[in-house]
Amino acid sequence: MKKHLMAYPYALWMLIFTMIPLALILFYSVFAIDDAGIHFTLDNFKRVFEPLYLAVFWRSIKLAAESTIICLVLGYPMAMILAGKNLSKKSILVVLFVIPMWMNFLARTYAWMTLLEKNGLIATIAGFFGIDLPSLLYTEGAVVLGMVYNFLPFMVLPIYSVLVKIDKTVVEAAEDLGANPITVFRRVIFPLSIPGVSSGITMVFMPALTTFVISRLLGGAHFTLIGNLIEQQFLTTMDWGFGSALSIVLMLMIMLSMGVTMRYEKENEGGGLW
Amino acid sequence: MKKSLKAILALTLAISVVLSMTGCGGEQRTQLKVYNWGDYIDQSVITEFEKRYNIDVIYDEFATNEEMYAKIKAGASDYDILIPSEYTIKRMIDEDMLHKIDLNNIPNYKYIDDKFKNLAFDPSNEYSVPYTWGTVGILYNKTMVKEPVNSWKILWDEKYSKQILMMDSLRDSIGITLKMLGYSLNTKDDKELNDAKEALMKQKPLVLAYVGDEVKDKMIGGEAALAVVWSGDAMYMKRENPDLEYVVPKEGSNMWFDSVVIPKTSQHKKEAELFINFLCEPEIAYKIANYIGYSTPNTEAVKMLPEEVRNDKTAYPPDEELARCEVFEDLADSLVKYDRIWTEVKAQ
Repeated sequence: MKKHLMAYPYALWMLIFTMIPLALILFYSVFAIDDAGIHFTLDNFKRVFEPLYLAVFWRSIKLAAESTIICLVLGYPMAMILAGKNLSKKSILVVLFVIPMWMNFLARTYAWMTLLEKNGLIATIAGFFGIDLPSLLYTEGAVVLGMVYNFLPFMVLPIYSVLVKIDKTVVEAAEDLGANPITVFRRVIFPLSIPGVSSGITMVFMPALTTFVISRLLGGAHFTLIGNLIEQQFLTTMDWGFGSALSIVLMLMIMLSMGVTMRYEKENEGGGLW
Repeated sequence: MKKSLKAILALTLAISVVLSMTGCGGEQRTQLKVYNWGDYIDQSVITEFEKRYNIDVIYDEFATNEEMYAKIKAGASDYDILIPSEYTIKRMIDEDMLHKIDLNNIPNYKYIDDKFKNLAFDPSNEYSVPYTWGTVGILYNKTMVKEPVNSWKILWDEKYSKQILMMDSLRDSIGITLKMLGYSLNTKDDKELNDAKEALMKQKPLVLAYVGDEVKDKMIGGEAALAVVWSGDAMYMKRENPDLEYVVPKEGSNMWFDSVVIPKTSQHKKEAELFINFLCEPEIAYKIANYIGYSTPNTEAVKMLPEEVRNDKTAYPPDEELARCEVFEDLADSLVKYDRIWTEVKAQ
């Protein structure tokens, strides 16, 4: 059988589950359907750029960026430890790190609710030591925590997979030439790991930007994110046109951020997403 | 490659033959597809219906009226029985999505309390038969709230800052705010809605969270002092935590109904009516009410309930309390205004 024949099922899959839905969203966003029939309109997009909705976009971007930075700061050292050459039980560590990801995302988020609540585990332990904690659940911090917790592996794994592939002789050469560890990291290891970092950033930033479950459960729906807004348009208000316009703008933003990170990705470095 | 392709083909063929055979077997027994709220029936009732009438019941669940509506509206389903709330039923009637129910086929309809007949959303009882009903009110923890609770205003009291749980539902939350202000919860008046918006914005810093089903865990666990809840859920929470008490505030509230309807997608109207009649049987209605804890509109079933449930004002409030309550109407185009208020409040 020829190779391109094998690709047809995938092409069909893409058509049914990616292209057609995208086309539908685009259709709903620019066409209004009423008694007079179907007509072209940009009202939905005008509405997206009202201050009220821009504020929601801004909050989503801010929280997603915060989570991404925290994931990077926590994740990079973690990836280095995992990739470290003097670690004998490396694969076990990697497995331990990945195991929580096997559990359902919702279940993990619910677990944080019980940990953070007023009579929850953390507050109870703190109370035992005489510390009176302020309310942890239903705060902006809880939302960021939920994002970091859920998306951290997506930062660590791409960086890890790039780091383990770095040619050790390059590092040794730098050391032989008198570079101290900081210089080695700054001038050799980090530049070589950029593809992993940039795909890590993309893989954390995108789901953090679009999530609506974390902000509902851990934020107590106090912090409307763009995902919540879209969900509300489709399920409660039935304003599919506006919901679609929001989705299109969100998609454009994601593509823009992907374009930015892609510039830093070199080809065939292994950690890349695409 | 060719060989494996043949094998796959053979396998698909075999599977489809087997599937079509079971399909034939099913034809002798009619299938009735029921779409109801999650955890909203005693499953043994379904089994009993299947046995008695030799009909297979396929039972699916939904979490919100809107989700159910979106699925039916999309048109790809063929449900025979739905149990939505009144404002969704009104919308479905207006959009010609429901079959008329022939009450001659439902002799047990006589057990339905007259006060649940001829309601605004279905004035001549042509499309729906009541399944459960209830109110919206305040559930409070007696160990945390020492003063008497009788007004929605307590949800705006700074004393209870970060101890208040609101519903993450725009109709309910805006509705009770309108009631507190003395307006109708179906208002389309811009000024009244604006007042409600300002009240909700003022309240927001005091609210611990806007929640859905989690409210049950949180209130039972003593995480908050006050919460806006449905009476049926209140019954359950009171049973789990005796410190909790439920009250319908004096300003009035929302009274709601979940009623059985037959969508136009149904191919088995006769069997669907048989099912509705079965649900109205006192013994069956009692079993359901006893299991889910929500109030039944069935007069005979109420008599079978244990005395402490029957006399509980949470589930069976006195008529004068109900007189202060309003039923939701479909807002049609004004729903957008509500949506905007809700977004403004929550995006603040």
